[in-house]
Amino acid sequence: MTLDGLDGDISIRTLLFGVYAERAALRECSARVAAGSTVSDLVEELRRAEGWSWLPRRVVVAVNQSYAEGGTRLSDGDEVALIPPVAGG
Amino acid sequence: MTVAREVDASRIRAWITPDSLENFAPLAACGSEADGAALVFEGRVRATNEGREVSSLAYEAYAEMAEQELEAICGEALDRFAVSSAFAAHRVGELGLKEVSVVVKVAAPHREPCYAASRWIIEALKSRLPVWKHERYADGSSVWVGAPAAASGAGP
Repeated sequence: MTLDGLDGDISIRTLLFGVYAERAALRECSARVAAGSTVSDLVEELRRAEGWSWLPRRVVVAVNQSYAEGGTRLSDGDEVALIPPVAGG
Repeated sequence: MTVAREVDASRIRAWITPDSLENFAPLAACGSEADGAALVFEGRVRATNEGREVSSLAYEAYAEMAEQELEAICGEALDRFAVSSAFAAHRVGELGLKEVSVVVKVAAPHREPCYAASRWIIEALKSRLPVWKHERYADGSSVWVGAPAAASGAGP
């Protein structure tokens, strides 16, 4: 269990790459969401609070460096990466 | 999260590196005296992509995750095919034409599983590795490959 802040918010280290970093003009930010929030809640909050309407609602994400589903529950201090379409090789 | 694996760690290696992959020396450790076959695949920067003339490109990676993911892919190849070792490396940073962007080496007692495993690894990394390609074209425009058109960079 994680001890969340008294105000019921948790802090999420959010990482951006490629075209998303370009659109947001930043590579990293700290997002605050309500305790108990899921990945989808975080994405919705970023679209609203940051004005990132270009961010797909079903964007691929990794939580703490592993691919994760939208329903994954977040904990304080988690690292969430927003993953644009990959193009390695 | 760590996945328990029976495989000896020295048989799986992965690198995300800004250094040249031309004659990448660590690949020499892939395979043993039990292996009668070894196969190296190189991906290189091609001068054209989808009909456009490429001048240079840059790869960006979520490096920590990409290295873990590439290592996981190599491990899965050992589970799926009769190969004894799988090493892979992916470049990041600025690359010129013909430079090696990715290299995969597999070794096995016999050749057939080498071809199958090598093919599988390159397809898996193309679909899973958190790596992004920023292509620049001769006409001065550029694009993040695979990104939706509306979200692309300075392209026309």
